[in-house]
Amino acid sequence: MLEIQHLSLSVSIEGRRVEAVSDLSLQLQPGRVLGLVGESGCGKSLTAQAILRLGEHQGVRKTGGDILLDGASLFDIDQAALRKIRGGRIAMVFQEPMTALNPVFSIGSQIIEVIRLHLDLDKKQAEQRAMDLLKDVGMQGVAQLLKQYPDALSGGMRQRVLIAMAMAADPDYIIADEPTTALDVSVQKRIIALLLNLQKQRNLGLLLVTHDFGLVAELCDDVAVMYAGQIVESGPVMEIFDHPAHPYTRALMACRPEVFEAGQALQVIEGQVPPPGRWPEGCHFAARCPLRQHDCEQPVAASAWRQGEHHARCLHVMQS
Amino acid sequence: MSVLSVEGLGKTFAAGGMFRASGKAKRAVDDVSFRLDSGETLAIVGESGSGKSTTARLAMRLLQPDAGTICWGDEEVGALSGRALRQRRRHIQMVFQDPFASLNPRMKIWQSVAEGLRVHRPGLTRRQRRDKVAETLQLCGMDDSGMDRYPHQFSGGQRQRIGIARALIVEPEVLVLDEPVSALDVSVQAQILNLLQDIQRQRGLSYLFISHDLSVIRHIADRVLVMFAGRIVEQGRAAELFEHARHPYTRALLAARPVTHPNERSAEASEYDSNGEGEAEQGCAYQPRCPNAAADCAAFDGQPGDNGYACLHPVE
Repeated sequence: MLEIQHLSLSVSIEGRRVEAVSDLSLQLQPGRVLGLVGESGCGKSLTAQAILRLGEHQGVRKTGGDILLDGASLFDIDQAALRKIRGGRIAMVFQEPMTALNPVFSIGSQIIEVIRLHLDLDKKQAEQRAMDLLKDVGMQGVAQLLKQYPDALSGGMRQRVLIAMAMAADPDYIIADEPTTALDVSVQKRIIALLLNLQKQRNLGLLLVTHDFGLVAELCDDVAVMYAGQIVESGPVMEIFDHPAHPYTRALMACRPEVFEAGQALQVIEGQVPPPGRWPEGCHFAARCPLRQHDCEQPVAASAWRQGEHHARCLHVMQS
Repeated sequence: MSVLSVEGLGKTFAAGGMFRASGKAKRAVDDVSFRLDSGETLAIVGESGSGKSTTARLAMRLLQPDAGTICWGDEEVGALSGRALRQRRRHIQMVFQDPFASLNPRMKIWQSVAEGLRVHRPGLTRRQRRDKVAETLQLCGMDDSGMDRYPHQFSGGQRQRIGIARALIVEPEVLVLDEPVSALDVSVQAQILNLLQDIQRQRGLSYLFISHDLSVIRHIADRVLVMFAGRIVEQGRAAELFEHARHPYTRALLAARPVTHPNERSAEASEYDSNGEGEAEQGCAYQPRCPNAAADCAAFDGQPGDNGYACLHPVE
């Protein structure tokens, strides 16, 4: 199991350290798809990158909590062990298929490099594995494809190649950060289907980082909603869609144009997300919340409201 | 009354690019015709490379067309250039996807918004220009306290409001909006869509709205043009098109929309989920991806008929 426990992260803004992720806990189990949803700046990508300790060279620091893989801290290990885990146990698929591949190396050499980094295979065997992986992600003419350069591929094909690379060493967990955002609608659905197929076949734990509730509705088992550095609500996907508890989740789901009659004024959330460094002491959403009361000025616990597996960081949940 | 109309518009780009060994010239826009009526919202939808943004830039005269005519109001503007063209631009203004990239980072907000006034209202004093900016920002839902600040001090949603104010300040009749909400968070997107509809009602503006997002288009558009490989493959009233799309490509786009609730998930792909990639050189460009493709499609001229779709084997 991959477990984030009370994680806090700080970033440097204009020379000042400010908290960007606050006391965040979540669990990812093999065979499950967990959606980490939120708007830009909420800290979802920072959290995802922290799992592989990727933000550190950009000044992201852990200020509290821990991340455990099968019970062992990812912060207690040396660089060599960390490199083994990256790609070997936990792999990542990024948003930008156009920039995540190196334009001056062939597709084949980039996949084979990843395979040989993690698996004890000779060149021939690694090449065979690369072709198998490319077939698994739905590519045709794979022998030819190995010799091609990223520039010759469409966005959708590049994302398939990146997914094949993520699968190279048979990881147990995949972290996918907005994997379809940069793709055309017609391609998005096929990439979603591909991810879901691989996840089922290989019993992967998939953490899907996204701003898009449509994507969550398509493929997640569980959902965690983030707002201003905190998880404000989490639970099984049906619960979140049928009975959203936190006022922020409810407002966010209600302002999607697809849930309105054409032409009708859309519901909006007034105001703006407070940036890191300007979070209030109490509930981070209070300033924009229609249900706000005096007690919201005190810090609110992650499970202030709870029904079975469904949690919300809110003192005044109004159930529908 | 038509505020913008184009007829037989065409544009070909030369092949190039650092990593492209060689290539043929690409016909980005091919024989495109449409008209936008006063007070109407016409949306162009299509995937990247479909020619939707190029069409908008041609209609705005930001790009020079190889073929076709362009009318703003009842004036043919295809041959205008220089000062004459600059002065006519008051008629049609553009709002971009990324408002940050379109604002000069070293200019105060009020100066950026006021830029259009230099050409179109040269007689105004500084005081009058500032008043006009304040009034336009207010129309876009911003108070005047931010006028002397710089673009980086604003959020994405506020910057898009500034981008809209900048287009509106010269009081155009047509706004061309190129993916105006695609870079915004969904809560901010709702604010901007509402704002655009309010302004349209107040000012009787016409919108040419470019987007790849069908939910947004369904919400805002009166009529829709669907583009594929540089051509219009289907057009019609929005409500009708979303209910009874006839072109297999439009169907594929509709089928590709994500579900809105997890209980709508289906195990099977739609038969119109396009599987292939690429475009055909001869006849209908959609052939390689089309479930209905037949032998005669290779000889089809690809022009939409009076029924609104360009297809020999439409979806029933």
